[in-house]
Amino acid sequence: MNVTTPLEKLTPKDFASDQEVRWCPGCGDYAILKAVQKVMPELNLPKENIVFVSGIGCSSRFPYYMSTYGFHTIHGRAPAFATGVKLANPDLSVWVVTGDGDGLSIGGNHLLHILRRNVDVQILLFNNEIYGLTKGQYSPTSRIGTRSPSTPSGSVDYPLSPTEFALGAGARFIARGIDTQLKLLPDLFLRAYAHRGASFVEIFQNCIVYNDNVFADFTDKTVADDHQIHVTHGKPLLFGKDGKRGLRVKPGSFDLEVVTVGENGIAEKDILVHDETSRTLAQLLAAMRPPNFPMAIGVLYCNPVAPYGDRVYQQIEEAKAKAPAPGGLNALLRTGHTWQVSD
Amino acid sequence: MSTTANVKVESDRAPRQILESAVVRFAGDSGDGMQLTGGQFTLTTALAENDLATFPDFPAEIRAPTGTTYGVSAFQINFGGRRIKTAGDEPDVLVAMNPAALKVNLGDLRRGGLAILDIGSFTERNLQKAGFKTNPLTDGTLDAYRPIKVDISRLTLESVKALGLSQKEALRCKNMWALGLIYWMYGRERTATTKWLRAKFAKRTDLADANIAAMDAGHAFGETAEMPSDIGGFLIPKADIQPGLYRTVTGSEALAWGLVAGAELAGIQMTFASYPITPASTLLHALARLKSYGIVTFQAEDEIAAVCAAIGASYAGSLGVTSSSGPGMALKMEAIGLAIGVELPLVVVNSQRAGPSTGMPTKTEQSDLFQAIWGRNADSPLAVIASRSPSDCFDVAIEAVRLATKYMTPVIVLTDGYIANASEPWLIPDVNAYPKIPVAFRTDPEGFHPFLRDPKTLARPWAVPGTPGLEHRIGGIERDYQTGHISYDPANHQKMTEIRAAKIRGIARDIPLQAVEEGEAKGDLAVVGWGSTFGPITRAVSNLREKGVRVSHIHLRHIWPLPANLKELLEGFDRVLVAEMNAGQLSTLLRAEYLLPIEGLNKVSGQPFKIAEIEAAIQSRLGK
Repeated sequence: MNVTTPLEKLTPKDFASDQEVRWCPGCGDYAILKAVQKVMPELNLPKENIVFVSGIGCSSRFPYYMSTYGFHTIHGRAPAFATGVKLANPDLSVWVVTGDGDGLSIGGNHLLHILRRNVDVQILLFNNEIYGLTKGQYSPTSRIGTRSPSTPSGSVDYPLSPTEFALGAGARFIARGIDTQLKLLPDLFLRAYAHRGASFVEIFQNCIVYNDNVFADFTDKTVADDHQIHVTHGKPLLFGKDGKRGLRVKPGSFDLEVVTVGENGIAEKDILVHDETSRTLAQLLAAMRPPNFPMAIGVLYCNPVAPYGDRVYQQIEEAKAKAPAPGGLNALLRTGHTWQVSD
Repeated sequence: MSTTANVKVESDRAPRQILESAVVRFAGDSGDGMQLTGGQFTLTTALAENDLATFPDFPAEIRAPTGTTYGVSAFQINFGGRRIKTAGDEPDVLVAMNPAALKVNLGDLRRGGLAILDIGSFTERNLQKAGFKTNPLTDGTLDAYRPIKVDISRLTLESVKALGLSQKEALRCKNMWALGLIYWMYGRERTATTKWLRAKFAKRTDLADANIAAMDAGHAFGETAEMPSDIGGFLIPKADIQPGLYRTVTGSEALAWGLVAGAELAGIQMTFASYPITPASTLLHALARLKSYGIVTFQAEDEIAAVCAAIGASYAGSLGVTSSSGPGMALKMEAIGLAIGVELPLVVVNSQRAGPSTGMPTKTEQSDLFQAIWGRNADSPLAVIASRSPSDCFDVAIEAVRLATKYMTPVIVLTDGYIANASEPWLIPDVNAYPKIPVAFRTDPEGFHPFLRDPKTLARPWAVPGTPGLEHRIGGIERDYQTGHISYDPANHQKMTEIRAAKIRGIARDIPLQAVEEGEAKGDLAVVGWGSTFGPITRAVSNLREKGVRVSHIHLRHIWPLPANLKELLEGFDRVLVAEMNAGQLSTLLRAEYLLPIEGLNKVSGQPFKIAEIEAAIQSRLGK
């Protein structure tokens, strides 16, 4: 008998676990948690089909605060665990929560490969440009000169750009958000969920204790309009308080430049229109940094191809169809050269 | 080579000597196809109903410069009309396809043994590459042996001349020429190899024809009196083998099939995640071919990702399996610690090799026993079992699946490079005759928490994502005994540490009591072994017992926990000698556990024990 029970409409509250949240007061993680809990009912999934997998670090405590299935694993390896979960049960909705240290330092290799393989998971990378849980050492995304307990004279190594890394690794979905933008984040998460394949979302997250205001150069209210551009597929790449500033390809180069509509003969038609399927444009947008350029927020790139699991199971189905293996394992053991020893 | 009588066989020019058993080693350059040659001889010998054991010994280099000693690849087979336990201490016949092969292998040849040499390859340059200052064919090097000097290269070229191959392709048939000669020497049928060549070169029938022509020519060479007159070929009677359907099997194949069988008996899917490493990769290859059985294989980006993916698969309700060798195992250990903490089933296969670090990747050793039992941070107990032979891997794999799923624990299976690659005849079992492995995922939300334990096994429930009402979180942070939530409570950590240990210790009640493999349960000396030392120990012990020595053989499958009666058993012997291919790991473990004066016989040369070495050690201990 096939009776489908309509899903009971869940609320964000239904996705909060009974565990006390133990991030520092004022941590950006609270807002991200809220945004994730807000979007969960929108997925229209039974709660039991959702799994949060994390590594180690402040962000990686995330699964304990969700009332879904959750696996808090080891440092840097969440993508590998998530790949195993997804291989074993492709029907699960798997969310990887990681940070800049967990995902890009100790776990850089795994992040690279889950993106390259295009495993159908959502990866939320909380970037606060610092190691929080180990008390404030600089991270692979820390800007040069970052003073920390391990770099008292300032860090000397160049930082990594998570979105550019993801693009280089072959990610087919790349988005950026900011912890405080509670209206935007759920939309990004929904888009990430809708994308079949590895979806990479970088979230600028403020560490109030060890790296407070590190993103103020584009998140502070006084500069946000001029230092952020919210990109939407099919819409012109305009920003600024009055929406007059925009991006165009600098004539005679492969670079972007910021121009103002109405100045120097620039009209709105001269402004680039966001095409989220363009890898080249995504590369240019991902590379932009304040103060000369606005920080690009939103879905920078979405250009899906078949996810890893589809191809894995397709090969298994093809093999089964070709060799239906009657008699099962006993038959297998008896294939090839065998000989009978008689009494 | 023990001779019993001579018989005259029709069509043979000289009487064939009847032998109880013989050891043949094929040795040549990595590119000479020695492993294929050995494989064909193995198959044909099995079809002739001899018992047999093999030892492939190949270099780590894929194609070392031709003619060098480090590029020599060898394949040894011991076969006979009696039960064969090892690949043989020393070859009776050495086939050396070039000077380097002679240089590397002559020292192992039995004094008086046959050395079949391709003198066509004994050029000035090849002699130099092999490091010979003078020509071994003439300088007395071979005086202690019976050399058969044949220009195999020239004869091969002549035999395939009509087929118009290039010189290079034609010369590549010389392994088949040598095989043909050995086939004649032991009165073997050529049909199976002919068939195999036809299939292998289905798209290049000229190559199939050439290889068959070369094999036939080598065979004819023996038959038509071109051999020295005192070498008349040998006859090895059929072995008294248990009736039934047989095949040859390597350890890697048996493991692969055993894991598939284990998952089938447990009624769960298997997800195998691994990273290439010698000598473990063959297991990944074997399982990757079994897609039609629904096996998911995953070649991960590294050893760590492989074990993590396997644990992720177990978390999601599949049987997670990973495999590696020593250095790769070291990389996996943090994740295995997590699997111990969150109590998920996991099977980890370690095909051990000589170490430390990279060590000797293609050479065998048993030196990861400590790493398996204790090689993780903190008190992190798991189960360790070991297979004794290639075919034993099948049952050991099933046992690993049983323990992993019943006790919700990682299980490390120890094999080694020797077991993984060596092959032996195997009486094919009926998978349906194995007891089912009952696995029940938790579905009832009533009273559920993730660390609710079975009072008997102390295992927690397997609660799989996708199950309504059982949503829970697990992780590496210590979990509360009552609720499974994060806990830093001192008393709780004490309790959880103790219960993890008690769970693994309790497995001792669920495994067979240790039996004595051969001999009485009391005596002057017990030789204790584990893993691939089984063959040489059992033969050494039986040889000495025939001479009246009161020695017994005890061989462990379950290394951790140890069988419940083992201490009592060992106490029944005046002396206990642990023979193992490491610097003394099981002997240390047994001394620590039982406070008994246990002695060690240790070999770490990258080569298996010889029977004679174990016999000598027993005799010296017993003052005989």
